[in-house]
Amino acid sequence: MMQVVDVGFMPLVDAAPLIVAREMGFAARERLDLRLHRAANWSMLRDLLDLGRVDAAHMLSPMPVARALGLGGGGGGGGPAVETLMVLSMNGQVVGVSPLLAQDMQATGLAFGFGDASATAQALLAARSAGLRIGVPFPFSMHAELLNYWLGPQVTLTTVPPPDMAAAIGDGEIEAFCVGEPWGSKSVEMGVAQLILPGSAIWSQAPEKVLAARSGWADDNPGLAGRLMRAVWRAAEWLAQDQNRHLASELLGAPDCLSVEPEIIDRALTGRLLTQRRGTTIRSDALLEFHDGAANFPWRSQAAWIATRMARRFGLDPTAAAETAQGVWRSDLYRQHLAEIAILPAASSKVEGACPRPQTVGATRSSLILARNRFFDGLVFDPSPEI
Amino acid sequence: MTDALRQAGETDVMVVRSDSRLASRIAQMRPDMVLIDLANPSRDTLEELTLASAPIDRPVAMFVDRSDPALTRAAVEAGVSAYAVDGLRPDRIRAVLDAALARFHMFQKMRTELEATRAALEQRKIIDRAKGVLMRARGITEDEAYALMRRAAMEKGRKIADVAAAIVTASELLQ
Repeated sequence: MMQVVDVGFMPLVDAAPLIVAREMGFAARERLDLRLHRAANWSMLRDLLDLGRVDAAHMLSPMPVARALGLGGGGGGGGPAVETLMVLSMNGQVVGVSPLLAQDMQATGLAFGFGDASATAQALLAARSAGLRIGVPFPFSMHAELLNYWLGPQVTLTTVPPPDMAAAIGDGEIEAFCVGEPWGSKSVEMGVAQLILPGSAIWSQAPEKVLAARSGWADDNPGLAGRLMRAVWRAAEWLAQDQNRHLASELLGAPDCLSVEPEIIDRALTGRLLTQRRGTTIRSDALLEFHDGAANFPWRSQAAWIATRMARRFGLDPTAAAETAQGVWRSDLYRQHLAEIAILPAASSKVEGACPRPQTVGATRSSLILARNRFFDGLVFDPSPEI
Repeated sequence: MTDALRQAGETDVMVVRSDSRLASRIAQMRPDMVLIDLANPSRDTLEELTLASAPIDRPVAMFVDRSDPALTRAAVEAGVSAYAVDGLRPDRIRAVLDAALARFHMFQKMRTELEATRAALEQRKIIDRAKGVLMRARGITEDEAYALMRRAAMEKGRKIADVAAAIVTASELLQ
């Protein structure tokens, strides 16, 4: 007997685990009729989830945190709390600039390679010392958090929906953007932008999208939630295998999914980016990760990092914010529902940024290899400094 | 729509047609309430305005009226989202929104009908082209070509328009 589950998504490459779960039969294997609903904007996706039109949704990792802290529309005072069931993807953001700004950066004489966050920041701020408007997809997004961490408050962030990013930089409304694929590559293809940095160069293990549900939904429907989480986990595992990436691009490119040429989607999935329309391909490791390095585990320290950063920007108490945010990051549900198929880490929180190379850690059975986890400035984030 | 809103009360109605620079336009106008299509990508730009800290900079504050969940749901079902200033009188929000919803329903029905007509026309064109391909390739009449496609569609359990599209695509590849 198939059970229906409704899940919302935004047309982005990192919606892949949901699309693959449906298309490759991982949902059917769990006896789920996975119905995907494409949203046109993040606010709409949040409203669909609030009102129960979807059971779960593809969400920017800071969105459940913002809701828990009472920030933003839709929820704030009265909307239901939203919680993170698992992480869908790590990294995947790209920073792009207009051709004019790229020229001005070159003219500063400062050398900046693709992947060198410190040098790129210097060149960027030198070329636009009077100020710079950068487009991000949503006020509560890893894109906004990364830019804020990387460049500080001297740049102005402005919200531009991802599919409109190319048009916005094309008509000069913004001079730079930080966006998820395929919209960075799409701008390159249209000749309106040059990519200068992957998000992974700012933080090599930034949780980008999560699978979110209304608080209590997973507790009230443990069978359904468990099956959905296992289907998505298996889809993520499938996506991590190199030989599946071209097929994944075909599936994602379909008109009811991203409706973008598979050749452009390939770039993010294979980590081979074209930074300029007439440029050479650059290999960018860990550009976008769906599974390896315990990517799907919702570490409470991730919620704490996001909440601490957000608290500083919006004038809240960072310690209280981190505490609240960790409550909606349900690593307990992940342990409960994925124990049989996933290797689980022994701890649910870790020091972020303290892993200069892949590292083996204690786990429920055998051991687990965590991916490289570094901030560009070498600082570390300890979620529990008092212990 | 604009007229219906004006009738709903003492309301100044302004229409912003272009999506670009939406935030700055709204900041200039300082409206009490903003109505926007739920699926309009620019909604995320409006979200940003809800974050401004000074009250005077905050023309849009919330998603519909939170005290009336039924109204919120009706708006979302209809594909309308509304942002209203905190403290705006609920009866005024209600009047404006009721008027907007009625118009949105009507507009949506028209849009659906128009799309259906357009799709039918598109199919007609494909079927005509496929008929032409078959007539040339097999030296048969128009009626015979149509009968042939209809038979193929029935045998394969597909729509005649799908069969026609396959013929047109194949003939383009074979040229």
